[in-house]
Amino acid sequence: MNKKRIKITISLILFVIAIAIDFDNNLINNAIYVVAYVIVGFEIIKKAIRNISRGKIFDENFLMTVATIGAFGIDEFPEAVAVMLFYQIGELFQNYAVDKSRKSISSLMDIRPDFANVEKNGKIQKLDPNDVKIGEIIIIKPGEKIPLDGYIIEGKSSIDTKALTGESLPKEVKEGEEVLSGSINLNGVIKIKVSKEYGDSTVSKILDLVENASNKKSKSENFITKFAQYYTPIVVIIAVILAIIPPLIISGTTFSDWLYRALSFLVVSCPCALVISIPLSFFGGIGGASKIGVLIKGSNYLEQLANTEIIVFDKTGTLTKGVFEVQKVKAIDVSEEELLKLAAYSENYSNHPIALSIKSAYNKAIDEKQIAEIQELPGLGIVSKIGNQNVLIGNEKLMNEKKIDFTKCDDIGTVLYVAIEKKYVGYILISDKIKDDSIKAIKNLRKINIKQIVMLTGDRKHVGENVAEKLGLDKVYSELLPDEKVRKIEKLLKEKSENGKLIFVGDGINDAPVLAISDIGVAMGGVGSDAAIEAADIVLMTDEPSKIVNAINLSKKTMKIVKENIIFAISVKILVLILSALGLTTMWGAVFADVGVSIIAIINSLRILSVKNI
Amino acid sequence: MKSKFKIKGLDCANCASQLEKSIQKLDGINNVSINFITQRMDLEYAETKKEKILENVRKIIKREEPDVVIEEV
Repeated sequence: MNKKRIKITISLILFVIAIAIDFDNNLINNAIYVVAYVIVGFEIIKKAIRNISRGKIFDENFLMTVATIGAFGIDEFPEAVAVMLFYQIGELFQNYAVDKSRKSISSLMDIRPDFANVEKNGKIQKLDPNDVKIGEIIIIKPGEKIPLDGYIIEGKSSIDTKALTGESLPKEVKEGEEVLSGSINLNGVIKIKVSKEYGDSTVSKILDLVENASNKKSKSENFITKFAQYYTPIVVIIAVILAIIPPLIISGTTFSDWLYRALSFLVVSCPCALVISIPLSFFGGIGGASKIGVLIKGSNYLEQLANTEIIVFDKTGTLTKGVFEVQKVKAIDVSEEELLKLAAYSENYSNHPIALSIKSAYNKAIDEKQIAEIQELPGLGIVSKIGNQNVLIGNEKLMNEKKIDFTKCDDIGTVLYVAIEKKYVGYILISDKIKDDSIKAIKNLRKINIKQIVMLTGDRKHVGENVAEKLGLDKVYSELLPDEKVRKIEKLLKEKSENGKLIFVGDGINDAPVLAISDIGVAMGGVGSDAAIEAADIVLMTDEPSKIVNAINLSKKTMKIVKENIIFAISVKILVLILSALGLTTMWGAVFADVGVSIIAIINSLRILSVKNI
Repeated sequence: MKSKFKIKGLDCANCASQLEKSIQKLDGINNVSINFITQRMDLEYAETKKEKILENVRKIIKREEPDVVIEEV
């Protein structure tokens, strides 16, 4: 690279000398031009000869060589040198810009750990993460990246999972909890027992996925490759025609004038600006998405997201939290605290999700000595004696069976009625809760004019409809079995327009057929879940459905830039071609336009990386 | 069978897509994808003839882009 720069510099100096000083003998000027030309163009000419011997006539090196030698031929010595010189300078700039963007995009994904501190026989060894085996103990100091997935066996800390999830709040972790590779340990020293080899760990999976992503090509990329295939030959053929026909049929024109115009054609015949800026834009988009915790498995998906018309959500775990929570405690004649306490004590020995939700709502230590008797009545509830009180807790049937006079609660969810000494004292309402983020997600989807927002659920009709109503969805289909979900999606697919896309967003559990049949399958909460990463086209690393809106916006921004680049580059090229054909531009102008377009297109692509406002 | 390569020394994106086309035509290659920006080449090929196929790929690269080096990852 440095050698190239030196050559360009020397050539440039010679070129300026030859232009600035009018030597008495014109031959001296011309000799300097030729020397300058050979210094800067030798590599190109060499490559051109090599390629032409293999039949690659539309190779850019060859075309540049022909254009410049042609210029010498019609006695345009300065033009010949200038074209070669600026072409090389342009290449240099382009390489620099691509290299720079390559680095800045890769740094977004720079979550690769460099080493692991492994504890062996009481000693600590610094090893390559690839060499650490399952079951080995590694130590992570504050500020270090967690190199492999594993469970904490000693210590507690807060960890930064931003690189994995885009979530900026640190996560508190303690003994027994799982930590994922790629997160950064912030304060305490932790010891973890490795649970996955490096190749299977979260960090390698993510890197692999993002690096592979740009190899699934989008329609725009294929279009540009196709375009390039025809563009160069057509321009070259027109150049040949331009050089031969007009001088023959238009009287009073010279052959060299038309040859000059034809040579300008050759200068802009390389399609490189386009061919490079499009995949660069997609790569930038995918990199930017991974920065906000959205993994996109291919440029094609990033491209299609912009055309989302119908978005279908799964309910449980996607729009709702998927865990039961105590929503309401209604106490009559006793305190809420007392009611919850009796319920928690009665449910003490049960591991049912409902029991767990009551215990977590009570959130105090349970003094088991107070539990005198417990009897579970399947399908009804629990009869117990807590302290010296006889407690009944259960559903409507239990109350009816025990002939308790109670008031029915019509709220959505599971209702547990409580009675003390056969007297009704209130109820506890437990239900799955809508995520706060779901409300934001739906609101933002409305803002970007998604045509239909639909929810599918296997849950009961009144539960499904309640959630749909609260969120303001367009349609809800309830009580669906997995295969019925597939059929509903098939039906919805028919409702979109030709280019419109249907996205399905689920939590990745039991969703595989639905993810597969949708245009784009999105799995949520992908951190650590292999199945979700496997089945989906897009993985949201956190469990926030609103991230899909960010992804759609990013896709729109990427597509806007891609279109800008395509239109800009093609129109400048066509403009230069027209001007050249009319003899209104010089070869200098042509080479400047060509190099300039490449660089501007590359810089434009890099705008995608500023994803702050998405 | 799939293999991934680091591909270095490509001059331009257009050269990448032309090289891709030539490799795609090789016998035994099911799919090839070269990415100029990530400097990656992904190959999918018939497993039985791995050695022979990879040798042909190297030959093609040597012929079309002598300055390019590839390295399996």
